[in-house]
Amino acid sequence: MAALYDRFSPIIYAVALRILQDTGAAEDVLQDIFMQLWRNPTAFDARRGNMAAWLAVIARNRAIDTLRRRRPQEAIQDIVVSVEPDMDSEAERSRAMEKVRGALRGMPSPQRTALEMAYFEGLTHTEIAERTGEALGTVKTRIRTGLLSLRKVLAA
Amino acid sequence: MSAHEQFADDLALFALGSLSGDERVALESHLAECASCRRELESLRGDLTLLAMTTAVPKPPARAKERLMSAIAAEPRLPRAFAPRARSTEWWGMLGWAAAAVMVLLSVGLLRQNSSLRRDVASLRARFADQQSELQQANQIMATLLDPDAQKIEMVAIGSKPQPRGKAIYQRRNHGLIFLASSLPPLPREKVYELWLFPADGGAPIAAGLFKPDARGNATVVNPPLPEGVAAKNFAVTLEPESGSHETPHGSAVIVGVGEGVGE
Repeated sequence: MAALYDRFSPIIYAVALRILQDTGAAEDVLQDIFMQLWRNPTAFDARRGNMAAWLAVIARNRAIDTLRRRRPQEAIQDIVVSVEPDMDSEAERSRAMEKVRGALRGMPSPQRTALEMAYFEGLTHTEIAERTGEALGTVKTRIRTGLLSLRKVLAA
Repeated sequence: MSAHEQFADDLALFALGSLSGDERVALESHLAECASCRRELESLRGDLTLLAMTTAVPKPPARAKERLMSAIAAEPRLPRAFAPRARSTEWWGMLGWAAAAVMVLLSVGLLRQNSSLRRDVASLRARFADQQSELQQANQIMATLLDPDAQKIEMVAIGSKPQPRGKAIYQRRNHGLIFLASSLPPLPREKVYELWLFPADGGAPIAAGLFKPDARGNATVVNPPLPEGVAAKNFAVTLEPESGSHETPHGSAVIVGVGEGVGE
């Protein structure tokens, strides 16, 4: 568990901290996720994706649940993630990150804002539409096409 | 995805956890049956991971690790998933393929079962809704009958005075009994009214509840404890001492069953 912690805690902590903006709350998310893994070691199924990606998704979801003061929306073992680059490899991850950061920078500003509001602030499409004054359908489509453009950048 | 374009935007919102209400239910139901949308959801989650990875990666403080290690020490258990794996041999490899084949068969079976369960759930929901409606209706009837504040108006021939009356509605099959009385004379001190069921087989009368009427002489007895399946010949109300045994009637009858239903 200590080895797993050393390898993956920075990813979980970084995501939780970015969302919660509070070191104590981010540490709580970190503790909660590793304790769940300790209690339920079969929750992660290696045949269904790589662990770094899986943990990143869980960290984000738990941090948003904390932010919105709600009960966890999904059990960790139900989350399946499919991502092309091998996120468990640090070198692969760094290369992918450079590409993704570039894609985000090149994205039209309203699209990037919608994506970041949805992902890092946990706002629903309705809340985003209210804040930005855009149509609900436009926000929905922006989020999806934004995500697809990230996928394309990596596939290129 | 072209066949499922209507769910395309919702899938991204679902992956973000921001889909709710009917839209979420509709999508979950579609996901249960659509492998292609399930794969797309997994890919969208992967795309979201890319966003997660764009955050700077600070190391958590050392205290976080110490906290985790002490919590784990307090909950000792060997996590099986992280135990070292044995080297696989060809035989084990074959076993893996066999297991995969079994899993595929199981998955097909489970998908079918899932679809059948969904139909069952829909049918149960419909039945539940019907029963809720019937229950609501029954509750309304009971509430009206038993509400002490409800106006109970007894109608008699013009010029005549209201007489003590009672109505027993008895269902032998469920040994259910509802008894409503009106215009009962006020109780003398240390006395109480008692309802009796007289069995059709001529057996001893069965006590069916003690009661005291309100100031207007109204009273109700609802489902007193009664033995199962006793056919009733008649019902009567007697005046009994408040204390002492109420196993057999001692006092004289105040009202007694007449007319339709009696003796059936």
